[in-house]
Order: sequence, then structure tokens, then C-alpha cells
Amino acid sequence: MLTCKEFLDGLNDFLDDTADREIRTNLEKHVTECPNCWVIFDTTKKTLQVFKGMEPQVIPNDVHARLLRALDKKMAAKKAQQEKVQPQT
Amino acid sequence: MPVTSEAGVFDESPLVARARQGDASAFNELVTRYERKIFRLAKHITQSDEDAEDVLQETFLKAFEHLPDFQGQSKFYTWIVRIAVNESLMKLRKRKSDRTVPLDEPLDTGEDTVVREIAVWDENPEQQYSREELGKILNESVDSLRPAFRTVFVLRDIEELSTEETAEALGISVPAVKSRLLRARLQLREKLTRFFKRKGDDVFAYL
Repeated sequence: MLTCKEFLDGLNDFLDDTADREIRTNLEKHVTECPNCWVIFDTTKKTLQVFKGMEPQVIPNDVHARLLRALDKKMAAKKAQQEKVQPQT
Repeated sequence: MPVTSEAGVFDESPLVARARQGDASAFNELVTRYERKIFRLAKHITQSDEDAEDVLQETFLKAFEHLPDFQGQSKFYTWIVRIAVNESLMKLRKRKSDRTVPLDEPLDTGEDTVVREIAVWDENPEQQYSREELGKILNESVDSLRPAFRTVFVLRDIEELSTEETAEALGISVPAVKSRLLRARLQLREKLTRFFKRKGDDVFAYL
């Protein structure tokens, strides 16, 4: 029987489904027997689900515009440099 | 028609190849695809709109410059995330030397895995809040974590990098990623319990 501390140590692998079969069986057994650890497991799982559902916000227009301007400048500079190295015949 | 891999995920290697050959529109398409995620990542790590914008620009400028060196062994996204993480951490370090943010406390105090609140949540806790409210709650919770925990959580659980990719991006060991991730997850669980716990359960706490 796992202690609660051992359960917590294995919680990540349990949540990510990366625990070995034997360890997984022990973790599963522990949550059915320990109500507190079941709550911790369930609420941590929900924590991850809530974050996974979060879409990144749209970038402010001015930030996007400044990024494109900076890139244009860089691309133009690179092109100019290449033309200098390989002059057109 | 877009090329899809076996998993049905859009295969962007032709797009990356075109960008490598100097096709500006292909590179701009990659920018459009990932700028929101890179900006979010930079904001979470630096906690500053201004720094996040600098990081965003630096990331794509460097990616463009070093694209010929990109071997295509990792995904393009993982590659630019690594650049963005480096740029963000540089901003943090720079600020630390200005002493405008407090220095990190020691990491392994063991205190962080102490569970203080155990309360059952609602079945779909996020539905109690509007999208804006929920976004604010989640962002503030992440931002209240210490930088060492925050960066690992953002890379693993928000940007969905693997443990190994996270370790590589941050220059720390795999066990360090795992232990920081556990602490980050438990601390966030604790913070979110305040908002998401089932109503009425408080009564029983006093019995």
C-alpha cells in the first residue's frame, strides 16, 4: 500500500499516463482507498484540462504590425546583402 | 491541398523548406501561425507586455536569420520556442541585475508540495465564469508562481512540449523539470480551488 507522500511523488506520471504498469496499478489502488488523494488527483487533472482549453489571445494590432515591419526590414537588408555578394550580370 | 501526416496533422515541412529558400511569404505564414503562442509564452515568462513584444520580434528575426542552420530534426515550433525561451530568460536576468524584481528563493524547500486545501470541485468549473474572467483567473494564477516553476509549467502544460524538450529549452535536467512541474501543478491546483470548489462544501469544513 502506497503512502500519500509516495502517491504525490507519482502523481505526474499518473496524470501524464507515463507510469509503469505496476506503479500505475498501485496509484489507482491508492486513489480508490484514500479520499483526500482522490480529490488531489481529480482537481489537479481538472487544473490541467482548464489550461489546455485556453486559446492564446489575439495579438494587439500594433504589436503585429511592428513585428511585420521589423521582419520586412530584415528581409530587405538580407536581400540587399545577397545582391552585393552576387552581383547580377 | 495541404499535405497531412499519418496523424492527420498539417505537415509544415514544405512550408519551412520554402522559407529556408528565402520565400518571404512562406516565412510570414509561419509567423502568422505561431506569433500568438510565442507572444503568450513570452508574456508568461517576462510578465511584461513591453518585454514580450521585444521577445516576439527577436524570436522571429533570429529565426529568419538562422533558418539556414535549422536542420529540421526538431519541429519548427519547438525550435522557435527555444529561441523565445532564451530571449525571455535574458530579459528576466537583465531585470534581476537591476534589482527591480526580487531574486529567486531557494527551490527545494519541500514546502511547495504541501497540500493545504482539499475540496471537491464542480464538475465543469470553468463554465461558472465568462471566457474573459476565466482567462484572467488562469493568467494571474500562473503569473503568481515563481519563475522557475512558471517557465516549466508554461512549456509543459500550456505549450505542450515534452519533458525532454522542456529540459533542453531551459538548460536543466529532466528530473528538475519533473520536480518543478509537480510543484507548479500542485500550487496551481491550490490557487484554482479557491475559485472552482463546489459551493456549499465550506459549511462542512467547520463541522
